[in-house]
Amino acid sequence: MGELSKLGISEARDALRKGDVTSVEITQDCLQAIEDAKVLNAFVHDTPEIAMAQAEAADTRLKAGDAPAMCGIPVGIKDLFCTKGVPSQAASAILDGFEPEYESTVTTQLWDRGAVMLGKLNMDEFAMGSSNETSTYGDVINPWRRGNEDTNLTPGGSSGGSASAVAADLCLAATGTDTGGSIRQPAAFVGITGLKPTYGRVSRWGIVAFASSLDQAGPMTKSVRDCAIMLEAMSGHDPKDSTSADLAVPDFEAALTGDIKGKKIGVPKEYRMDGMPQEIEDLWAEGIAMMKDAGAEIVDISLPHTKYALPAYYVVAPAEASSNLARYDGVRFGHRAKLAQGDGITEMYEKTRAEGFGAEVQRRVMIGTYVLSAGFYDAYYNRARKVRTLIKKDFEDVFAQGVDAILTPATPSAAFGLGEMADADPVQMYLNDVFTVTVNLAGLPGIAVPAGLDKQGLPLGLQLIGRPWEEADLLNTAYVLEQAAGFVEKPGKWW
Amino acid sequence: MSIDRETAARVAKLARIAVPEDDLPKLAEELSGILDFMEQLNEVDVDGVEPMTSVTPMRLKRREDVVTDGDQQEKVLANAPDAREGFFAVPKVVE
Repeated sequence: MGELSKLGISEARDALRKGDVTSVEITQDCLQAIEDAKVLNAFVHDTPEIAMAQAEAADTRLKAGDAPAMCGIPVGIKDLFCTKGVPSQAASAILDGFEPEYESTVTTQLWDRGAVMLGKLNMDEFAMGSSNETSTYGDVINPWRRGNEDTNLTPGGSSGGSASAVAADLCLAATGTDTGGSIRQPAAFVGITGLKPTYGRVSRWGIVAFASSLDQAGPMTKSVRDCAIMLEAMSGHDPKDSTSADLAVPDFEAALTGDIKGKKIGVPKEYRMDGMPQEIEDLWAEGIAMMKDAGAEIVDISLPHTKYALPAYYVVAPAEASSNLARYDGVRFGHRAKLAQGDGITEMYEKTRAEGFGAEVQRRVMIGTYVLSAGFYDAYYNRARKVRTLIKKDFEDVFAQGVDAILTPATPSAAFGLGEMADADPVQMYLNDVFTVTVNLAGLPGIAVPAGLDKQGLPLGLQLIGRPWEEADLLNTAYVLEQAAGFVEKPGKWW
Repeated sequence: MSIDRETAARVAKLARIAVPEDDLPKLAEELSGILDFMEQLNEVDVDGVEPMTSVTPMRLKRREDVVTDGDQQEKVLANAPDAREGFFAVPKVVE
């Protein structure tokens, strides 16, 4: 006992099917690991009763021989997903007490396939942040530490709770969401694998909306194989999301052949940033060498509008957020401010939103309001949407040249200390997403794979970007990178 | 583009977020910083470029125009901070 939470999805699946373990046993180990790791603040709403009931049902299915790959696998769910009867707050005070009457499509699909819900995971408020320091539940702590220091580090964000929980072996895998890098950056900061699918691959129904044209949910797992298995369970057309694609879901795991001979891997010169740490540069060079050794052809490519991705993103995402977050008005759900004598409905809105939204969310809603306001709509919002068209075209051009995937660093640094960015201006924090945000703007699939440790002993990741809808091919390339990098390190348990 | 205190107050009002007077100068400064960062977009030649409307080109699906949902008053009101007699209750709107 006590070791089963360390399993990955594929190992657990095989052991469950052979009858070597039961889902109840794995689930109990995870619940104990969660209990012992409260200091990490990763799980914020535990659901042990649901977990045990689902685990027992999964064991029955396994015995009957009716067991999909996710059957009996205990997972954590980011707080952004609506889960019926279980608090779903998007880590915001404004959704205090909100217990949805419905279940998101992604979680419905996971439970239908027999997965087990351990609880809800911490995150940045409304998924707005890159360090998990904007949550109403407080900061999440990264299980990794610098050498022998005891400084608490960020697990990244916004899916910081998911990252921390998977890296610390509190669950076998977790759901995340990614609007500008919120799966890939935290995955890189904690040494796990995280995939953002093509826009439209996974239904957004029942996931609290941040920026609807950029948001995608995806898996955060302990290996590329696990990522393939979980992505398949999460994917598929959903009539309730008009942007979900009516395309067949491939067998992603079957695509992991380990053969990428003759594939063209693009290396974009614009991702070589001024002031990039030498270690990131070295890791990238190692990744390129690994791809070459595996028989891939390396091609230098140019994505000329890369520099404009972050400023375009910080127009488009807040604009959409200001519309999406208009629904938090203190009328239909969540928090309503106490009103003074004589306060009318406008005061109710203004006080409720001032109390309920944290500083970063308020900032983004106001920026969005500004860029959409009369007189500035063309100068900011329309211009940003035009630049977005150009950013997507950059990728289309290199794919038209025959490039199969693009290799880049996942983040411009390793995990930093909680609070270290407190005095920086908001734009400094936004630079965390410099390598990931282009992928959201272009609607492409991207995956972060752990590839090494820096000199402080912290994990670093590489990112692979694929052609639209070709997650299967992308996962296979990531699988080759994973095998070549051979990253097996785990954080030392101090909690 | 620099945002002054009055513009910050106007944006806060449009966004329906109460911002105390004393916090307006800092807010104006933060918003200005972010807008400065966005100014880079003016370097890009966007002549003749269509603004993106959908990242994956797809036609919206059509469906029968029939009732598929409804009759869920209790569920709809279940999370309301103040629900009375089957309605959402709010402070008086009309004087």
